[in-house]
Amino acid sequence: MTVVDLENVTFAYGEQPAVKDVSLRVEEGDFLGLIGPNGSGKTTLLHLMLGLRSPDSGSIELFGEPVDAFDDGERIGYVSQQATNRGGSMPVTVREAVTMGRFAHAGHSRLTDEDHATVDEALETVAIADLADRQVNQLSGGQRQRAYIARALASEADLLALDEPTVGVDAESRDAFYQLLESLNESGIAIILIEHDIGVVTDRASRIACINTELYHHGDTESFVESDALTEAYGATGQVVHHHH
Amino acid sequence: MTKHNSHRRRLEHVGIGLTAILAVAMVGLLAIDALRGVPVVGELYDQARIAGWWADYYLGTNVFYHPFMWRSIATGILIGVAAPLVGTYLVHREMALIGETLAHTAFAGVAVGLLVSATTGWDGSLMLVALVVGILGALGVQWLAERTNTYGDVPIAIMLTGSFAVGTLIISYGRGMTGFNVEGYLFGNISVVTPSGARLMAVISVVVVVVTVATYKQLLFITFDEQAARVARLNVTWYNTLLIVMTAVVVVGAMQILGVILVAAMLVVPVAAATQVAHSFRETLYCSILFGQVAVIGGFVFSISQGLPTGGSIVVVAIACYLLAIFASSRSTAAISTR
Repeated sequence: MTVVDLENVTFAYGEQPAVKDVSLRVEEGDFLGLIGPNGSGKTTLLHLMLGLRSPDSGSIELFGEPVDAFDDGERIGYVSQQATNRGGSMPVTVREAVTMGRFAHAGHSRLTDEDHATVDEALETVAIADLADRQVNQLSGGQRQRAYIARALASEADLLALDEPTVGVDAESRDAFYQLLESLNESGIAIILIEHDIGVVTDRASRIACINTELYHHGDTESFVESDALTEAYGATGQVVHHHH
Repeated sequence: MTKHNSHRRRLEHVGIGLTAILAVAMVGLLAIDALRGVPVVGELYDQARIAGWWADYYLGTNVFYHPFMWRSIATGILIGVAAPLVGTYLVHREMALIGETLAHTAFAGVAVGLLVSATTGWDGSLMLVALVVGILGALGVQWLAERTNTYGDVPIAIMLTGSFAVGTLIISYGRGMTGFNVEGYLFGNISVVTPSGARLMAVISVVVVVVTVATYKQLLFITFDEQAARVARLNVTWYNTLLIVMTAVVVVGAMQILGVILVAAMLVVPVAAATQVAHSFRETLYCSILFGQVAVIGGFVFSISQGLPTGGSIVVVAIACYLLAIFASSRSTAAISTR
């Protein structure tokens, strides 16, 4: 089953194009690494995929439905760039944050014992059950990211979208974090990961999309490593900068 | 540590339970006051006055016998529940000053109501006009915040000063026509609480408590991580609007006692105090209501015993709670770190 399907998607901030004519698909069980230089439209593209922004032209489908009609919110787990600074001073415990993953399921009704059991299970899976009663703002960067992953697991998401999740996380926790992502992917969850560290992406992801406004490469990791997409995409920015001089 | 925590939790639950009983009793008292013309209720009303007389007798006060004092105390207690409840979400959305803004908008509403009643002889409730204008102001702030590129507090500052400016213009314009005391609304006053104003506060409190309990999960998610809530397909705009409209409603109710200038304090100060000591979000909600009650009751005692304005007294007691909470929480972190 196709998880995300983009066709000829274009989006601009006013006059400034951010994403131009991008078509790509994410299939069930894919681990897609989304890379590109700073300001290349990675985050915008992810927001388009998730329905946080509407494209100027082109079509986007999530789980086979047009993105603006899609309402199975619990099928997507999202860890935003801002997730790390949000809740900075808000006294929310890890358990409360992870429980939010059940909110889309529950709607306005009370959470059931089953919901709470799912939350416990998610805390176990990412190995932060012992931190459940700590406040999110007291956690280290790595622990905090695990809490957000646990929230996605608690919602029993089929797609996990992460926007540079390991900024400010120490190397050791980062490795552990990516191992966790890999094992989640093996259990069948599709993953879309924005990451500035290209080494991490080529090590872990099964497919790679390399963008700089336009899509320079989309395919499996081996073909990406052999291609010139990287220099082309990153070089393109250099050229533009050069052009201005 | 866990034993200490469970003690603490039990204490909070007892406090919340007592507050709930008190709030229900106050709503009941206002209902009795409103319906005292009905035969059976009339008897209850007489009984309540007798009880008030005895309370005054034993306490050596001259407070509880008077129905107008019931109304202001009841209104105060209900503000102490509704304002911190809504305020908890506002403070953690970094919208602490929205209450102040909506109070100024409501003030413009009062001015409009005065002008209309002076020119047309209309004698409806000023509070109702303030409520309508306050809600319109809330929607206006929301609209500005969504459509402008400025920081979140710029539309708030514009709305705050703008509506106050309009209010003062209308009041000055209408001064010749109304022998009206604006100070009562600016600084809050026990005698401003009219029977209809108190009833309005009772209705507002019940609605706000029911709505916040029903939407607890959604409001929490949106406050904590708005983008993730959007991805989870929560209707973020709708809940944002709901929150800001509820704020306007609470502000108009609270304005009677606290006054336009001080109304934001009850939305913010108890929450700030609670955030110092609470471990979880749910606990923050509970503690902010408890601090709200302490501030209102303490403020009433202080203002009645000293013959000073109620609004200022309540705010001063609330800030004293806040300082104590800071002191208590820094001591508890010190205790943990020395271990």
